[in-house]
Amino acid sequence: MSNDSHPIIRSSLLLGLIALLGTALLAGVNELTHERIIEQEKLRILQQLNEIVPGTSFNNDLLEDTIEINDETYFRHPAPVKVYRARMDNQPVAVLMTIIAPDGYNGDIRLLTGISASGEVLGVRVVSHRETPGLGDPIEIEKSNWILGFNNRSLQNPETDGWAVKRDGGQFDQFTGATVSPRAVVKAVHNTLLYFEANKQSLFDTPALSESAKTAGENEH
Amino acid sequence: MSTSNLKQILADGAWRQNTGLVVLLGLCPLLAVTNTLVNGLALGLATMLTLMVSNLSVSVMRGLLKPEIRIPAFVLIIASVVTVIELLMHAYFYDLFRVLGIFIPLIVTNCAIIGRAEAFASRNSPLPSLMDGFATGLGFCITLVLLGALRELTGRGTLFSGADMLLGDWGRHLSLTVIPEHPGFLLAMLPPGAFLGLALLIAARNAWEARKLDTPTSPITTLIPGTHET
Repeated sequence: MSNDSHPIIRSSLLLGLIALLGTALLAGVNELTHERIIEQEKLRILQQLNEIVPGTSFNNDLLEDTIEINDETYFRHPAPVKVYRARMDNQPVAVLMTIIAPDGYNGDIRLLTGISASGEVLGVRVVSHRETPGLGDPIEIEKSNWILGFNNRSLQNPETDGWAVKRDGGQFDQFTGATVSPRAVVKAVHNTLLYFEANKQSLFDTPALSESAKTAGENEH
Repeated sequence: MSTSNLKQILADGAWRQNTGLVVLLGLCPLLAVTNTLVNGLALGLATMLTLMVSNLSVSVMRGLLKPEIRIPAFVLIIASVVTVIELLMHAYFYDLFRVLGIFIPLIVTNCAIIGRAEAFASRNSPLPSLMDGFATGLGFCITLVLLGALRELTGRGTLFSGADMLLGDWGRHLSLTVIPEHPGFLLAMLPPGAFLGLALLIAARNAWEARKLDTPTSPITTLIPGTHET
């Protein structure tokens, strides 16, 4: 071999070989873990959803029966809101919406809000936030029960004036040293209820994303 | 390879040249994830595994690696190993993966790993290199666990909280509330607590070493803490 006279070529080939081995290894492991990772992620979402809407109260495929909506007047955020719809024998049971409260103390607070077909809050959970630890983070269920205070609330319970923290004359507690975080969450949940009230019919009737994607795919053929 | 030599490597990696407390490498993950014992342990184990596999691979290939391509080859090997670990964690320890998140891929940037590949594995045969990876990883892991325990205990009054993420359901029973009704000590949980905690650990180690030096009968007299820094 004349490789010795071309140390650069030899080195490049060797480096290429190592890169190839590394890529092959990664491709293999990716192939092995791919399905399980997707499954784990689905399971995680389903667990979160089931915390609000128990798995026994619906019998459709929650993760498939979804739509995305976009209404900045209600949600005050450009990101689309994902809506999971729970049905029992095709009768609407509840919607679960991934909303964002844009006015937290430290940016977006991502929430999952469940509303029953009759317009009652089934539950709210904080999915992610960057509020100050120790001050604003009692909005998390792990830190305090505050978020459970939304259960069974509706637009009539309390009336509009009551949908605020106590400092603003409303019915919801604030935390010592932190009013901004609870205020943001209360406002976001209230707006979601208002949106639900105004768009109840279309929320349940709009065909699911996966179905409309399917139909669109078929039309192309 | 004699056993005494392997013992020597173990002592060097885990104590004398402890990555966290003496060489002070890889501080970014060390300071960031050690708010609980379990987080520290998980990142420590992942780093240890990375060190062992990368040291072993580098050592096996050391005859082929010309000096000029050595560094890019190390980087390729380490990046592949870390990505494999990340994928496996994502698939099998999903909750933990969510907690440690970005710090798993960041293991790549832990200078200790490329440092051991360069300083040790590229010059030694596979067995000692594997041992060196284990020892260095062990030292790093112990530091993470100690710092995590210190911060979790002072910050939240618990130990082993979240152990179920690492060990499955039975880990839940491990979770200890050492100080009931702990009001929460924010300083320990936030980044300043990490710096203070690390400083305390380094001080404790130095005090220990200094005390050994003062004792004339001590078999180790050549050791002066802090002289191993590069």
